[in-house]
Amino acid sequence: MQDLGIRVLFMGDNFWRLLGGLWVTVKISLTAVLLSVALGILLGIVMTLKYKIVRYTAKVYLEFIRIMPQLVLLFIVYFGLAKSLGINLSGQTAAVIVFTLWGTAEMGDLVRGALISIPRHQYESGDALGLSRMQVYRYIILPQALRRLIPLAINLTTRMIKTTTLIVLIGVVEVLKVAQQIIEANRYTVPDSAIWLYGTIFFLYFIVCWPVSRLAVRLEKRWKN
Amino acid sequence: MDTQFITEYIPHYAEAAKLTFRLGVTGIVISLLIGLWAALVQYYKVPVLRRIAAVYIELSRNTPLLVQLFFLYFGLPKIGVIISSQSCAIIGLSFLGGSYMAEAFRSGLEAIETNQTEAALAIGLEHKQVMRYVIFPQALSISVPALCANVIFLIKETSVFSVVALADLMYVAKDLIGLYYKTDEALFMLVISYLILLLPISLAAAWLERRLRYAGFGN
Repeated sequence: MQDLGIRVLFMGDNFWRLLGGLWVTVKISLTAVLLSVALGILLGIVMTLKYKIVRYTAKVYLEFIRIMPQLVLLFIVYFGLAKSLGINLSGQTAAVIVFTLWGTAEMGDLVRGALISIPRHQYESGDALGLSRMQVYRYIILPQALRRLIPLAINLTTRMIKTTTLIVLIGVVEVLKVAQQIIEANRYTVPDSAIWLYGTIFFLYFIVCWPVSRLAVRLEKRWKN
Repeated sequence: MDTQFITEYIPHYAEAAKLTFRLGVTGIVISLLIGLWAALVQYYKVPVLRRIAAVYIELSRNTPLLVQLFFLYFGLPKIGVIISSQSCAIIGLSFLGGSYMAEAFRSGLEAIETNQTEAALAIGLEHKQVMRYVIFPQALSISVPALCANVIFLIKETSVFSVVALADLMYVAKDLIGLYYKTDEALFMLVISYLILLLPISLAAAWLERRLRYAGFGN
């Protein structure tokens, strides 16, 4: 049998380079998720307020961000801003901005959903007890809303990690780019390395995302009632 | 903005939008079939197939489409399996979409209580008829919001097809930026194209959801 392309994986520090590339993706998504959760909670609360202008602005923002493919948003921030406004962002910064914008929209909608799913009498009872608006949110609404929210936010994290793969298309060196470099470097010695490397990346993503999505499912089941 | 440039290149975008739409629709139809199969296999707890469906759903939901496409288009030819760009795109999209559709159907099927089945059996329907006339119509109306969200999600996902050398909307935009450095115009048309493609679907989905809210039985 011919020698297998899989040995490329273990030549030198190739495998560590792949993991390093994966870390770039994970790092960007985690940064974006943390920012989105904070901003999303604000957006969600704003969307439940009674001011029409604020609500409609938020709605337009949400619809636009959700309808545009994330790759289009990346192109707008990475190429568009550089050309029209002269703002040159690194690929990674552009990615964090785009995924925060997107994550905030998604998170905001989840927060809004969780907030309006809390029955009105919870707010009214809080008022009746003489709590201030802030206290009602802090001690009554948020603790209940969080239970519905946390599994959804964890789901958003896996979606974020998966979507962040797109950054390879604006030139960020992440796991797919590293794989391409390794394949090119071994083009003549190991011509069939591509299937092994891309196969490995497929399973690397699975190993990262699967436990996280299982966690979301379990929390959702446990907190159902 | 250079309006002359924009009008000149509208046909390019229209062509690309058609390609995106065609591949997207094909992928979505196949996804629906895969999803229905996987959901039914799990609903009826068919011995071996049920496990296969479960493994497939987990694999597909936890990996990005871009990586799936790289594997299909750049990886498989190394072991002699050469697939055309368009087939790669359709296979990739269906592989990804199948699991999302399966989850949507599954949540609908699970929401129908067992007394529905029992009542249907009691009035003498066969198992096939129970599914066809009693369970599925109700489950479908519950699944519709999730199915619509998946349709929009999958059309958005087609934006990565340019990596398998398909001249989709992203490809055209990138081409124009590279050739003429008309970044603003190219991106503007890109946004408009996706709005034209997705806004009607999004509005239709919202309308459909409002209509179907009345279809729920007994609640």
